[in-house]
Parts: sequence; structure tokens; C-alpha cells
Amino acid sequence: MIGPNGAGKTTLMRVISGLIPLRGGALMLEGRSVGGLAAHRMVEQGIAHVPENRRLFPRLTVEDNLRIGAFIPQARRRYAQQLDQIYNLFPRLKERREQLAGTLSGGEQQMCAIGRALMSRPKLLLMDEPSAGLAPLVVAQVFDLVRRIRAEGLTVLIVEQNVQQVLEVVDRAYLLEVGTIKLTGTSAELKGNDLIRKAYMGL
Amino acid sequence: MSARRLTFAGLLAILVAAPFLAPPYFLHLLIQILLWGFIYTAWSIMGRFGFVSLGHGAFVGVGAYVPALLWNYESVTPWIGIPLGVLLSVLLGLVIGYPCFRLKVVGHYFALVTLALGQVVMLSVVAARDITGGSLGFTPRAAGHSWYALQFPEKGYFYAIALALWLGGLAVWHLVDRGIGREALDAISEDEEAAAAVGIDVMREKLRVTVISAALTALGGAMLGHYLMYLNPETLSGIGVSLQIVFAAIIGGTYTMLGPTVGSWLTISLNEGLRVAFGTNFIGAANTIYGILLILAIIFMPRGIVGTLQSLGIRRPKPVPAE
Amino acid sequence: MDIYLLEAIINGLLLGGVLALLALGLNLIFGVIDVVWIAYADLVMCGMYVVYWLYAGLGWPLALACAVAIAGVAVLGILVHVLIIAPILGSAPINQLLATGGLLFFLQSFATLLFGTEFRNLGLRLPIIELGDIYVSSARLLAFAMALIGAVALYFFLRRTFIGTAIRAIAQDRDIVGLMGVDQRRIYLVTSAIGGALAGLAACLLALQYDVHPFIGNTFGPLIFMICVLGGLGDMIGGFIAAFIISQIISIGGYYSNTELSYVLAFTLFIVLMFVRPRGILVR
Repeated sequence: MIGPNGAGKTTLMRVISGLIPLRGGALMLEGRSVGGLAAHRMVEQGIAHVPENRRLFPRLTVEDNLRIGAFIPQARRRYAQQLDQIYNLFPRLKERREQLAGTLSGGEQQMCAIGRALMSRPKLLLMDEPSAGLAPLVVAQVFDLVRRIRAEGLTVLIVEQNVQQVLEVVDRAYLLEVGTIKLTGTSAELKGNDLIRKAYMGL
Repeated sequence: MSARRLTFAGLLAILVAAPFLAPPYFLHLLIQILLWGFIYTAWSIMGRFGFVSLGHGAFVGVGAYVPALLWNYESVTPWIGIPLGVLLSVLLGLVIGYPCFRLKVVGHYFALVTLALGQVVMLSVVAARDITGGSLGFTPRAAGHSWYALQFPEKGYFYAIALALWLGGLAVWHLVDRGIGREALDAISEDEEAAAAVGIDVMREKLRVTVISAALTALGGAMLGHYLMYLNPETLSGIGVSLQIVFAAIIGGTYTMLGPTVGSWLTISLNEGLRVAFGTNFIGAANTIYGILLILAIIFMPRGIVGTLQSLGIRRPKPVPAE
Repeated sequence: MDIYLLEAIINGLLLGGVLALLALGLNLIFGVIDVVWIAYADLVMCGMYVVYWLYAGLGWPLALACAVAIAGVAVLGILVHVLIIAPILGSAPINQLLATGGLLFFLQSFATLLFGTEFRNLGLRLPIIELGDIYVSSARLLAFAMALIGAVALYFFLRRTFIGTAIRAIAQDRDIVGLMGVDQRRIYLVTSAIGGALAGLAACLLALQYDVHPFIGNTFGPLIFMICVLGGLGDMIGGFIAAFIISQIISIGGYYSNTELSYVLAFTLFIVLMFVRPRGILVR
């Protein structure tokens, strides 16, 4: 999902993950209606949300943050395996597992936040501006990560300001302006779109 | 506007006529309602601006004990003793208030620091039991009917004093309400830095209401001690009394002039009524129900009775300061 | 060193144990739910009455009476949250303070109604232990040991279990825990139960040493608040340490003069320390 500030991208994400109550329309996941469920129930439905600004628990360790990601019963049962998987995916987190999350670098925090969301074994992963505030090298790592997560079979919905890079990793994209979808299509189509190129990619 | 004046005038008329018409028992209750109403109003002068003190019992106690001790031990007339007690209370208020306001001790922290102050006073009285009688209480030396000792066996005199104090308290409340200080404090409670930027002397305004509140509370405490002719650290400065003050003011309605007095009337009548209803059969039953009612009142009428009435449009509504 | 001074120090340490337990409970609730239960000490009073009634009244074995008391006050904690706190969670903090203040009146009066105002005792006469020249009450020693065990148990619960981690997390970022599948309301209930259980445990330990009467809460309630604020409201470790500092002040102060004066000293010192470090002396 791309679009200008204030278009409602984050709001839409928060509605999907249940942080904001659904007030109209329907929210369907795999044919099931999940609208109106509170956030903690959404996680059980298989939706995990990596919030804007990461929102790690600063005075909990990396491992504590990951542990709480596995709070729901179905994730708790597979906690040990899941933790191993995440540490394989993020070796740097494993090195820093006892470190307080608030003391991590920006990139490490993003890894931790994504790892925390993945601990609940979701089907749909929501990522809100994962590249925000990160150095270019780290941004590349994040998007590389998205590719790998996608390869695992997870569906990923990303809200991003960095249009150029995000269109390289996604299959479909939506342009949100003032709360409505102005444009949608494959990433290839959008990459070639004049409006997108001029307004959002600076070309 | 005139309906309000009319009700107030009617109320005043009843109150003035009371000593001539009411039986001594009711007069006794009325005196306490007025004196405690005076104290609650004094509390609310601070409370309405967000300075919620859980330790006003400290001022009640100091205000009561200082003149009583001076009278019994040194035969100092209360006409000197009471101002001294008020002065001491004001000093206490300043000693606590100044650092609190300077260091931005607010909210829960402020409430608990004032609670500690109340405890300090109460425990000091108990600790100095050789002088003050400690938990057993203290009785001012009786002097019959004496203006010098400010003691009157006839209730009528005390009633007049209580009425005068109460009206005085309302007048002070009114002055604070209408004065520029009120605007300043409202501004401070909304955005302290902006207020300071406009040139408001934040510290002075805060200290001023603290001084007023402490002084009036001490005065009320002194009169209570003289009227009841009995002082007790628990009933004057205990945690129960400090909580009671806050309760009555809030349940009556902290942001209104008559709210705290309504709270006083309500709590005292309720207590008396329940006590009479249960007699000596079930000691504690009255207070148990009282406690339940307090909880329900906080949950369902957070703006207090007068405040709730106001928001229902029965009185001219006043804007509620931001939290 | 004067033997009596040493005894005072030791007694201060032992007293500190139970105070620390209560500080942990109060801080837990404040850190998670952001409310101060003004009536916390009166929950302890209720627990003491339960122990008294079951053990001295009905003749139950002491351990069983204590277990029931702990469970009972835990349930009481849940009730406090559901009936009093939850309805006004969004209100001004002062309203929440006052609501639990109303609970204080209610509990004290209800206890008066049920048991009268006399001081009641468990009737236990636990032996005095001699350690060299020092005499230590074994009741006090036992209370200290149990309090430490309780504190350690709490520590491991919070560090190692899922719910414990969730409790710590919610204290740091309330809004986002839902995204991890954590039900905020459920955590509040668990926290309230734990807070109540700690009060219940403290009740058992105090019942071993002291008489119970409806207003006993007033004797240590303000003390607990002071301890928590000194350590930083919501800071569990700070409160734990502050408890021992305060109990030492009281104990040593009591050695040099009378008990009430030592309390006055403690409270006055508290007020002074508040102005030196407003957020708590142990704030990091």
C-alpha cells in the first residue's frame, strides 16, 4: 500500500489488525468474516502486525519480546521451534538475545519487531513502514527479508513510503489517497504508471 | 441568575432562623455541617485546580492543637493561639507546597506526599503523648462562658461563629473564583509552560491557593476543637479524616461554590441518619453502607452532585478545567 | 556494637520482608493498571481476619487457613478490579484513588460490623530463638523467610512465564500488547489476583506476629505508599529496596527513641527525600 501521508494507510492497517474497531463494510480473511474482532483475537486468526515505529518493549530483552510474540496458545505450543526458526532467520538477534530491546540499533529493532510478529505463526503479516528511519544498507536488508518471508508462503501487506524499493518485492500494489484506492495493479503495471513515476518515484 | 440568588437567600434565611427554631440536637448537627463545610470548601480551593491533597487533616490538626495546647499549658487566649495555629499551618503548607510545585510533584505523587504530611502530624501528636495526650485525646480546659477563652456552653454563640466562618469561606471561594488568579490557575492547569510564557507567576499562584486553603482549614479545625471541647489525632488528622474531606468535597461538587457544603450536609446527615437507624445494634453497619455509597457515588457521579445537577442544566453550567 | 542495636537492625530486616512483599504487590498493580489501591492495607486486614476466623475460630490447621486466606484475598483483588476499578478506568486518577478510598471505609466498617473493634489474636506463641546474645522471634524469622520466598516466586513468575512476560510488557506499552494476542483485560485480572495474593500472604505472615483489628490497615498502609513512592511508583525493585531502608529507619529510630517518633522520622525523611529526588530515590 502506497500513498501520501494522511491517506489512511496506517489507519487501514490498524483496522485490519483490530486495533481500531471496524465501523462499516466487511473484513474477510480466507472467506471468513473477521470484522469486529479485538486485536488479540485477530492474532489467533493468523494476522500479525508489525506496527509503525516498531513499538518493541524497551525494557524487555530481545528474547522476552520474541516470547511475548508467541503468546497465543497455538504459537506457545511450538515456542521452542519457532524461536529457533526466528534465530536462524535473524542470527544477529540470537547474539543479542539477552540485550534490552531499547538498546538495539534501528535495524536490529526492526528485525526484532518482525521476528516478534512472526513468532505467532501468522498467515498474513502486516508491516507498517518497515524502512522508516533506517540507513539505506539496512533498508536493503529489510526488503531482502520481506522476499524471504514471502518465499516461505506468508502473505505480506506492506505500507511503505519508499515506493521504488517496495515495488521490487511485491506482487500487487494499491495506491491509497484520501481514504480510497485510486489505483491498483501488479507491481510491474504500477512501476510503469506515469502518475506513480512522477508523484511517488520522483522520475 | 435570580433563581440562584433566591435559593441562596432562602437558604440563608433558614440558617439565620435556625438557632431560634431548631432543637439543640439539630443545632449541634448544623454547627458541624457548617464548620466541616467550611473546611471542605477550603480544601476545594486547592482541589479544583488539580492540587488534590490527601493530607488536609494535617492543617485541621495543627489548627486545633496549637491554640488548645497554648491555652491549657500557658493560658494563652485562643485569640492569639488560633492565629498562631493558622500561621503554623500556612508554614507547613508552604514547606510542602514550594518544593512540590518547583519539582513538578503532581498527580499520584502529590497525593501521596500530602498523605505523608497528614501522617506526620498525626504521628507527631501521638508521639508527644505526654503533652498532647496522644491517642487518648486532649480536652481544652473549660472556662464556662468566656469570650477570652472563646468558649460558650450555649450553642447559639458557636452557631453564629460557624455561620460567619462558613459565609466567610464562601466569600473567599468567590473571590478566588472571580479573581484573576483563577484564570491564571486554569491556564496553568491546561498548559503550564504557555502560562509562564505569558508572564503568569506560576509559583506565586500555586502557593497562594495553598496558603489560603491551609489557613482556612486550620481556622476550621480550631473552631471544631473549641466547639467539641475534645481533640483527637485520629479524628482530626488521621487518614480517614483526610479522605473524608476529599470525598465530601468531590461528592458535593469540587468546582462549585456550594458543592463542598452540600457534601458536608450529605455526609453528616447520612452518617447521623444511619447511626440513628441502626442504633447501637450493629456498630459499623452505618459506615459500611456509607462506604458503599461513596464508591457508587464516585463511579456514577464523578462530577459530584452539584456538578451533575449543573450538567443536567439545572444550574448555570461552568466549564470544567482540563485534567 | 550494642546488642540491642543489633537486635533492632535484625528486627528491621525481618520487618522489611513483609513490607517489601506489600510494596511489590502495590507496585505491580500500579505499574500494570496505573491505579493505586488506597485500600491495599485493608485487603491485608481482611486476610488476617480470614486466618483468625478459620484457625482460632473454626480450628482449622494453620497452613490450610493461610492457603484459604491467600486465595480469598486474591479473589478479593479480582473483585476490586472488576467492581471498582474497571468501571472507572478512563476517569481522572483522583476518582480512581477515591474509589479505592471508599473501599477503605467499606472494608474497615464491614470488619467492625462482623468482628467488632477488639483486638484479636491467633493465640500462637511461637518460640523465641537465641542466636548468641540476640533474641529473635521465630515468628518474625518465619515471616521474613516466607516473604523472601514469595518475592522470589514472583520474580521467576514474571521473568519466565508467558503471562509474567505479558504483565511486564503491558506495563511498558499498554496499547500494543493486543497485537501479540494478549488480552488486556485478562492481564489486568491476573495482575489484580496476584496483587491480592501477595496481600493475602502478607496477611498470614502478619497474623503470626500481630493482633488483628479493623483499623490495623491504617498503621502500615501509609507506610507502604511511602515506600512505593520512595522507590519510584511502579518500580518493583525500587520498592523492594526502599522497604528495607524504611524498616531500618523505623527499627533503629525506635531503638533510639519511641516507636511513634521513629515513624515521624521516617515520614519526614520521606518528604525530604521526595524533594531531593521527586521521582523516587532509586530511579535509574
